[in-house]
Amino acid sequence: MSDVHPVSNHLKAGEQQDHEHPRHELSYHAKRVYAIRELLLEKGVLTQEDIQRQIDYQEARSPANGARLVARAWVEPDFKARLIADPKAACAEMGIDATSLNEFVVLENTEKVRYLVVCTLCSCYPRPILGRPPDWYKSLNYRSRAVIDPRGVMREFGQGVADDVEVRVHDSTADMRYLVLPQRPAGTEGMSVKELEKLVTRDSMIGIVDALPAVPSL
Amino acid sequence: MPRRHHDVGGESGAGPIDQTEHQLSDWEILADAINQVLGVKGIRRTDESRRAREDMDKELYRSLSYYERWTVSMETILAEKKILTTEEIDRKVAEFEKKWGEP
Repeated sequence: MSDVHPVSNHLKAGEQQDHEHPRHELSYHAKRVYAIRELLLEKGVLTQEDIQRQIDYQEARSPANGARLVARAWVEPDFKARLIADPKAACAEMGIDATSLNEFVVLENTEKVRYLVVCTLCSCYPRPILGRPPDWYKSLNYRSRAVIDPRGVMREFGQGVADDVEVRVHDSTADMRYLVLPQRPAGTEGMSVKELEKLVTRDSMIGIVDALPAVPSL
Repeated sequence: MPRRHHDVGGESGAGPIDQTEHQLSDWEILADAINQVLGVKGIRRTDESRRAREDMDKELYRSLSYYERWTVSMETILAEKKILTTEEIDRKVAEFEKKWGEP
């Protein structure tokens, strides 16, 4: 749940306050990004407000959105049915804007089937629901291995999958994004939706691990 | 048709996955935002960005970080659409370097 990043002031305020950062140390590509921004502003292609609005929008997108969907699905069977039947409508119902996604599919883990999501070609990810993808999701090794060795990859992330559980890997595309609905952990019957949300990690919604257990192991 | 270099799904020989997550730098957040705004404004599409990244030389693609690839593809698309030229970006970078000073 740690991929919400504070944005430092000089970025928010634009060029005027850039002196607080040692910018001569920026890399070749970083300098080009600042140059591209400046030129696009000068030419009126976009405005600083456009950029800031987009940064704010993206910062507001975090796995907390997905956790709300999952925790509610755990406690309300009708909502779960709606979430699986029409994920974008269920998001709208929760005030989560998923309209930028073309196709959005929710994959429900069961006792017998586990899902894992990857984008072998690049980094497609349900950004409105989970924020920006983590580094490992975009890595060449994950992209290569998830489709041929999902069990090995899951073991590497700390949890093996029993032999009698089927593992299905979904490869995302520009037009098709996936969210895994992890299984509700045992022993959580008495927990409130808010408490349950805390068990729903980003990685559990990518499918690489389970949701957190009811009592964290020490 | 041979696989292109970005099409790595199922490629053998890949090692352990680095699970370290880095805090995004401001320039990366900015690259992300500009790219998205260009999408919202209908100036570029996800498929175009992918094509620009996938057309990159294999060695370059593999040597760049994620947002470095985004930056290169953004520049490619903006140049193709005659919104910016590489020379303009070079000049602007030189201007910045002068303003920011050397270490």
